[in-house]
Amino acid sequence: MSQADLTMEGHSTGLTVGPAFSIPTKKLAMWLFIIADTMTFAACLLAYGFVRNGAPNWPRPFHSITNVALMTFILLTSSLTMLFGLRSARAGDKAGAFRWIMITAALGIAFALLHIREWLGLIDEGMTLFKNPWGTGLFGASFFSITGLHLTHVTCGVIALIAVGVRYKGGRYKPDDIEVLGLYWHFVDLVWMFVVPLVYLLNLSH
Amino acid sequence: MTIEQAQKSDGIGKDIVVYVCLLALAGLQFVIAYQHIDVSQMFARMLAVAIVEAGLAVMFFMHLWTEKRGFVVFVLVFTIFVLLAMQYGWPDSTRMVTGAPFSR
Repeated sequence: MSQADLTMEGHSTGLTVGPAFSIPTKKLAMWLFIIADTMTFAACLLAYGFVRNGAPNWPRPFHSITNVALMTFILLTSSLTMLFGLRSARAGDKAGAFRWIMITAALGIAFALLHIREWLGLIDEGMTLFKNPWGTGLFGASFFSITGLHLTHVTCGVIALIAVGVRYKGGRYKPDDIEVLGLYWHFVDLVWMFVVPLVYLLNLSH
Repeated sequence: MTIEQAQKSDGIGKDIVVYVCLLALAGLQFVIAYQHIDVSQMFARMLAVAIVEAGLAVMFFMHLWTEKRGFVVFVLVFTIFVLLAMQYGWPDSTRMVTGAPFSR
């Protein structure tokens, strides 16, 4: 066998030994999605910062932090319950894992309902995508697009939680699938940590 | 208590500690929001707290800390580089209000 054959053989064996970075393919795919989605949210937040910095009459419509504080608490707690679900799944406790995943989904639904209630309150006060009673019309567009994108992620996450939870209970999914879903859910939580200060807290009316 | 039970209990304890830290940091952001400081200072402080929160969530909730070192480096270097590269637009946003700052 020639040196070239040896190299080719060694190379091809190296490529087929395991997935990149020695982590499961689904998990790697989710991480790559998360990195791409980070760029999407970062671009939205930067665009928001750009127009906020460039507009002299930026509105500050938020009078109370109660709603956003409750939403933050719910989302952070849902991350913890997701971790409990993963631990139960890893320990082979299917019923426990299913219960924690459904609790996580319920918290996600509570978050979404609070979010929609807040939107309706702002719409009642006269805010639309392109105008509002407080200042530049750009505020509505940036607020609804950023929080709407996040709310879409939460809604998709809740649907995925229910679907994966039911299929895991039925034996079609493994604990690894719960872990991959957990990565997504924690990411949604992580994004909220940036949305709250930039979109809500910097626009409080003192 | 078996070794597995001990490890499981320790893991849950760590998760709860990280969760409490995240709650505390989120609370700190709300405290900063009520400080009587300049908006740019407020922004910088809140962003710093948010970055710490994100770091904790990525490392412990998303378990990046336990992944292979090469993967950790790949995720962090790639993400941080692109996020920093996006910052080129800030001077232009200032120009919208104050005029071209470098033309004088």
